[in-house]
Amino acid sequence: MSWNTFATVAETVKELDDKKVSAVELATHYLDRADALQPVLNAYVTLDREKTLAEAKVADEKRAAGDAAPLLGVPIAHKDIYLIDGWRTTCGSKMLENFVAPYTSTVVKNMTAAGMVTLGKLNMDEFAMGSSNETSYFGPVKNPWDLSRVPGGSSGGSAASVAAGLTPASTGTDTGGSIRQPAMFCNLTGLKPTYGVCSRFGIIAFASSLDQAGPFAQTAEDCALLLSAMAGFDTNDATSLDRPKENYSRDLAKPLTGLRIGLPKEFFGEGVAPGIAKAVDEALAVYRKLGAITVEVSLPNVKYSVPAYYVVAPAEASSNLSRFDGVRYGHRAAEYTDLMDMYKRSRAEGFGAEVKRRILIGTYVLSHGYYDAYYLQAGKLRRLIAEDFKRAYEVCDVVMGPTAPETAFQFGSKSDDPVKMYLNDIFTICANLTGQPAMSHPCGVDENGQHVGMQIIGNYLDEARMLNVAHQFQLATDWHKRHPNI
Amino acid sequence: MAQWEIVIGLETHTQLTTASKIFSGSSTAFGAAPNTQASVVDLAMPGALPVMNIGAVERAVKFGLAIGAKINQRSIFARKNYFYPDLPKGYQISQFETPIVQGGGLTITLDDGTTKFIELTRAHLEEDAGKSVHEQFDSESGVDLNRAGTPLLEIVTEPVMRSGKEAIAYAKTLHNLVRYLDICDGNMQEGSFRCDVNVSVRPMGQKEFGTRREIKNLNSFKFMQQAIDYEVRWQIEQIEDGKKIVQATVLFNPDTGETRAMRSKEDAMDYRYFPDPDLPPLVVSDEMLARIKAGMPELPEAKCSRFSSQYGLSHYDALLLSQDGATASYFETAVNSGADAKLVANWILGEVSATLNREDKTIEQSPVNAVRLSNLVARISDGTISHKIAKTVFEALWSGEAASVDAVIESKGLKQISDSGAIEKIVDEVLEKSAAQIADYKAGKEKALMSIVGMVMKASQGKANPAQVNDIVRRKLA
Amino acid sequence: MSLSSQDIERIAHLARIRVTPADVLDVQAKLDGIFKLIDEMQAVNTQGIEPMSHGLDMVLRLRDDVVTEIDHREKYQKNAPQAAEGYFLVPKVIE
Repeated sequence: MSWNTFATVAETVKELDDKKVSAVELATHYLDRADALQPVLNAYVTLDREKTLAEAKVADEKRAAGDAAPLLGVPIAHKDIYLIDGWRTTCGSKMLENFVAPYTSTVVKNMTAAGMVTLGKLNMDEFAMGSSNETSYFGPVKNPWDLSRVPGGSSGGSAASVAAGLTPASTGTDTGGSIRQPAMFCNLTGLKPTYGVCSRFGIIAFASSLDQAGPFAQTAEDCALLLSAMAGFDTNDATSLDRPKENYSRDLAKPLTGLRIGLPKEFFGEGVAPGIAKAVDEALAVYRKLGAITVEVSLPNVKYSVPAYYVVAPAEASSNLSRFDGVRYGHRAAEYTDLMDMYKRSRAEGFGAEVKRRILIGTYVLSHGYYDAYYLQAGKLRRLIAEDFKRAYEVCDVVMGPTAPETAFQFGSKSDDPVKMYLNDIFTICANLTGQPAMSHPCGVDENGQHVGMQIIGNYLDEARMLNVAHQFQLATDWHKRHPNI
Repeated sequence: MAQWEIVIGLETHTQLTTASKIFSGSSTAFGAAPNTQASVVDLAMPGALPVMNIGAVERAVKFGLAIGAKINQRSIFARKNYFYPDLPKGYQISQFETPIVQGGGLTITLDDGTTKFIELTRAHLEEDAGKSVHEQFDSESGVDLNRAGTPLLEIVTEPVMRSGKEAIAYAKTLHNLVRYLDICDGNMQEGSFRCDVNVSVRPMGQKEFGTRREIKNLNSFKFMQQAIDYEVRWQIEQIEDGKKIVQATVLFNPDTGETRAMRSKEDAMDYRYFPDPDLPPLVVSDEMLARIKAGMPELPEAKCSRFSSQYGLSHYDALLLSQDGATASYFETAVNSGADAKLVANWILGEVSATLNREDKTIEQSPVNAVRLSNLVARISDGTISHKIAKTVFEALWSGEAASVDAVIESKGLKQISDSGAIEKIVDEVLEKSAAQIADYKAGKEKALMSIVGMVMKASQGKANPAQVNDIVRRKLA
Repeated sequence: MSLSSQDIERIAHLARIRVTPADVLDVQAKLDGIFKLIDEMQAVNTQGIEPMSHGLDMVLRLRDDVVTEIDHREKYQKNAPQAAEGYFLVPKVIE
């Protein structure tokens, strides 16, 4: 069988429907490719051929029996932050190096119910803390476009695997840009839905009020298919939105005539690399040609996103990661003198430097006497930022700008300076703080040939429209059709 | 002692009677094998999330309404962060800034009959921790998380109690109330009702509070009394010896009767509370509030005043009968079956209580049920039997000798003699043999009359109507 | 704001993370930079602003009080570093 490894999800579904390929064949193809490129890219943490092929076989049998699940037999790889019963789930950490999940996350359950076949678990920054995939205990993931550059983070494996044709699609999570920034760095389309659209149950928590699951794919059309499978109300997550299932593909074909694109002047300032500014400008010209109009909007408080984020995320993380104490699961130090020593050594050994740094920041900002100045103040800033957006949506339908201020950077160029690393998330963080949906789609390259992403930030629950916008752009352009030579 | 004033406040952890845990669908049943009632949520598995149990909310609201508190219709869950093996998440989900129940209070009655209103600060929902066992393994402690996540309502008083007696009376009243409301089973051995007692002392007349020490986890009223007594004496001695009280958490050792400070934890106070991002605000809707209000049982206080006005009982009797639900309902069932309320009250507080106490039974287990007691009392009222005979009947019913009051009276021939001819005959026989008593009576000794009546009653084997006997004797000796 | 090495040691203890003196110096330098970034937000006057956690005003959903879980102890204890007789084991806790 010869299979186009860069076939989209939509194309794969069609081939399966037309019986041109079987789920087992697909799974075998992608597993072989994953094995071959693992030493080069390090995209996966765990592959389990037996489990995957068993799932694929079941999918083929179901198809033969007339099952019409929408994505039946389509392979998917999951960020190693999603628990899947019986699969090792590490979250990129030594802490969970040997942890085998005893239950399955709702999102994975939903995707399995839609017929998808799990290929494996993807590498990531440890506990999703990082913007370059350099904090993984299992080593960094390489950017398939340029092996000397980072794939972005924290969902680096999710982005690299799709970009390199190791899987047609993957899942990620986005707490401060962890889907959108790697999507940009690897020339993919990635979406972070409205907070509460995808269940967080069974996804290892980083920052509970910011975390949201979402898909990576080559196209907006694929993201719509994937999100329709992933999303849905879940009684196991108290922050899951209780609303009917949506078909996110429903508006893809709508023309963009009259679409009002808000351009926040804060996203187009001096911090943006010239190559990015240029690519974004050209993409906006395409949008205008498609009938959209652009209006300037202002988000005056958005500049406080990064400081507010670096209070909220570490604070919540410091508490969320307390459960990793070496008592019920996870790493326990080999030697210790007493309980206190057991805790301290297990956690010091089990967590990497960036994770420990964030736990310490979080512990500090919550500790006695600092709550009001930090966590409470950050919560108030979240409201101010949300109000800025609310005002913007009075005059526009979507907000656009560059996904990140810089394209994919070299390994090691920021890893010694956390502040520099954090500022890479300057445009993505605001949507996590407000809970709005946001996505990134390919829109050009800079002078080094590195990929530029256009970020679309939508109003709450406006995913279908955002996907429509990106899809129409992709019908008119071919940036998303470029693949690395690997 | 007189120059010292004792200041006490209580924090009571009441386990709520829900079937499932506060944030998971695990059973709350007591006594299961270790860790068999611990789900991924209770074990704090990665990715597990809490989901709130409506039963816990309803019970908290019920309590709040019962004590006249403010129900915060929007309350917030917070995380209290600390590390301990029986706290799987590394934080306890509790309520900090905005509890579901705020204010309110309870009236307590002391042994001397005086009453005092105890103001409550708040009552908030939280989850219980697991348990550690220290004896079972040589060099390890074992952690059992079956209890982790059991819903608790922590009920906190203002520091308004001024003696151990008041503290005990409060704890008992609260214990009664939560059982009355059926929100807590009150089982102190199983830890369903645990008290932390904050104790301080200060010179009489001083405004500022002294430094307090908190006695943790008292699970019997007796221990509570002993612990407070010891702690108060200890604190006064310390101060009189010129030493300072250091704020501390102490444990009571029932074997020695002493309290001792736990190993101090320098970071124990820094719990890093913040609103739990996994749980949006808890909203008690108007509908829910109205529904719970409509289903509220009559509360002990209201019941007490109704008992005294409706049935003409003394305040003291009404109080005793209304303090626990089972006794109150026994009383009302008996009265509604037609017996005289005051007589029923006397019987319940006298014979019934005494016998129950002697046999260590609860009123629900009484072999003489309310309807039978009512029949018994009715037979006293209609003159069929005397009080004294009634006790014999009561005993027969209790031991199960016969099934009904009338059957006992019938089979034992206990029917009271009210036929005045028959009584007169007995009186005459007795008077014939009582020359000395007659002389005494005539000399003005009223007591002699009682002796004669007694002899008549005895001769009738207690069956003569005492009032009639009295009348006839007086008439004959006039 | 600048953190002292005592601050670092205190929070590391609170967070139950063992730190060596070398760690403290490194963490101190990095946290200083991060707090400089964070402290930018202190300039904003937020008096009277209600803090926000979730974008869409959510209300806590309430679950019916029914037991839905069964015993999975064996499975759940497979990942335990140390367990015996159904208990998770930790170094002896002395109170």
